[in-house]
Amino acid sequence: MSNYYQKEIETASRDEIIRIQNEKLVKQVKRVYENVPYYRDLMDKKGVKPEDIKSIDDIKLLPFLSKADLRDAYPYGLLGTDIKNCVRIQSTSGTTGRRVVAFYTQHDIDLWEECCARAIVAAGGTNEDVCQVCYGYGLFTGGPGLNGGSHKVGCLTLPMSSGNTDRQIQFMMDLGATILCCTPSYAAYIGETLKEKGYKPEDNKLKAGIFGAEPWTEEMRRSIQESLGIKAYDIYGLTETSGPGVAFECEEQTGMHINEDHFYAEIIDPDTGEVLPEGSKGELVFTSLDKEGFPLLRYRTRDICVLSRKPCSCGRTHVKMSKPMGRSDDMMIIRGVNVFPSQIETVLLKEGYEPNYQIVVDRERNNDTLDVYVELSPDQFSDKIADIQNREKSLESAMRAMLGIGAKMHLVPPKSIARSEGKAVRVIDKRKLHD
Amino acid sequence: MAITQLSVFLENKPGKLAETVKRISEAGVNIRAMSLADTKDFGILRLIVSDVAATKALLTEQAIVTETEVVAVRMDDQAGALYRILKVLDGAQINVEYLYAFTGTKSDSAYVVLRVDNADAAEKLLAESGVATLSDSELKALL
Repeated sequence: MSNYYQKEIETASRDEIIRIQNEKLVKQVKRVYENVPYYRDLMDKKGVKPEDIKSIDDIKLLPFLSKADLRDAYPYGLLGTDIKNCVRIQSTSGTTGRRVVAFYTQHDIDLWEECCARAIVAAGGTNEDVCQVCYGYGLFTGGPGLNGGSHKVGCLTLPMSSGNTDRQIQFMMDLGATILCCTPSYAAYIGETLKEKGYKPEDNKLKAGIFGAEPWTEEMRRSIQESLGIKAYDIYGLTETSGPGVAFECEEQTGMHINEDHFYAEIIDPDTGEVLPEGSKGELVFTSLDKEGFPLLRYRTRDICVLSRKPCSCGRTHVKMSKPMGRSDDMMIIRGVNVFPSQIETVLLKEGYEPNYQIVVDRERNNDTLDVYVELSPDQFSDKIADIQNREKSLESAMRAMLGIGAKMHLVPPKSIARSEGKAVRVIDKRKLHD
Repeated sequence: MAITQLSVFLENKPGKLAETVKRISEAGVNIRAMSLADTKDFGILRLIVSDVAATKALLTEQAIVTETEVVAVRMDDQAGALYRILKVLDGAQINVEYLYAFTGTKSDSAYVVLRVDNADAAEKLLAESGVATLSDSELKALL
């Protein structure tokens, strides 16, 4: 039996949803055109005026926004309202150039938290639940988003943040947590640690987990469900649109319902920008229909997926997106953190190394590993082991500062990194993330 | 007076050491002494060879090879000989980064190769203490 946080909108008829989208888009485009000079220029260049946008179908007339635009407009260029109306920022990790800073008014926070509340209720959450949030808190959207959603549902919220697994387990067992929110790899890790400590799946009170911020497979879902004795739900989001809760899974576990009263989704051909018909595989593009602080229109996520409007047994009418099946750029998601090879290259060049490197990403015991192999040049060589190890250590701390996550550095002799057709293979991702 | 050691940076992978040694052997160069330090990722091969220039030239094509000044000391092949040497360096607070030993062609002598922070200072101290150090040419005579 399905429960909804906002039944009326979550199960609204297709016509009603389109009516809401029409109304919100027209208003939103006007507001953005007036308040965001950066986007106004893009519209002017394309020869589109706000009055050309009469319904949601006209969205295809609007220009796209990409990560490059976010970089150009950093930090305030895409702000949608006066600073005095904003109450918070959230941000992604990464360099200044790659960093995304998103602004939220109280209205934006509320709608974001409501989206997260919908996800929690879809996973069976009620005000009788104890919801343990071990996504990171702070600039990262994971912790604050689910924390807010959990409050809205009325769960007893355990704002654990990430890490310190022993403490996580102690709170989970002592307080009888029933819903777990974290990355899927951390959920798997908690499952393994519980087993090592001699707990059986039935020893915990957990019934559901809401796992996102990184790609995971059906196989991983099965193993988490087994090890924790729960039902595992996927959740999707990105800082650019708000954070987790842009889309979430229901009990059917066959794709994530997009909260399309707030976020309008399109699938485009990543090469031509052409909008593809329903059921096509392509790049996911989001438009925030009613956000005020950071109202991105037609933002290219670079995630490749498929949308489906097949009726869902849960009763929700909102369109469903598949799990992302890949990326249309070279971004990697490692331990929930966005990492670009160019960030790694920047550190290497800054530290005086040649750009001869290889990045190897793997998953050991459900934990992502990041190894970077760099060729040492003759003038950097020393006959003392400690000198080379110190070089590795100092690179590791520079990497951590840049990426926000640790990378294991390996210095290797010149020309030892395999080259195919003269060009080094930069990234080897050994994780099998897509079914 | 210090002698020249070749230091070679190698990947810690099967076959890498053999490949290097094969090249040296094919060039007809004799390895008088060697030591290999290794970590999980890499190894550093330290070599005392009969022909430094030729060996360096042929290894440079495929690896990082540098010349390192080390101190080679002749000592009696008997108990306590190494300690007498280290005591001298220790007394002057000269840090030994690493060392390795080899025996001479005459059965009663042994040699130790010392990598220290300051080779000149170490040699001077050792000479003052009556410990003989080898030069490149003296070393050559041994090979």
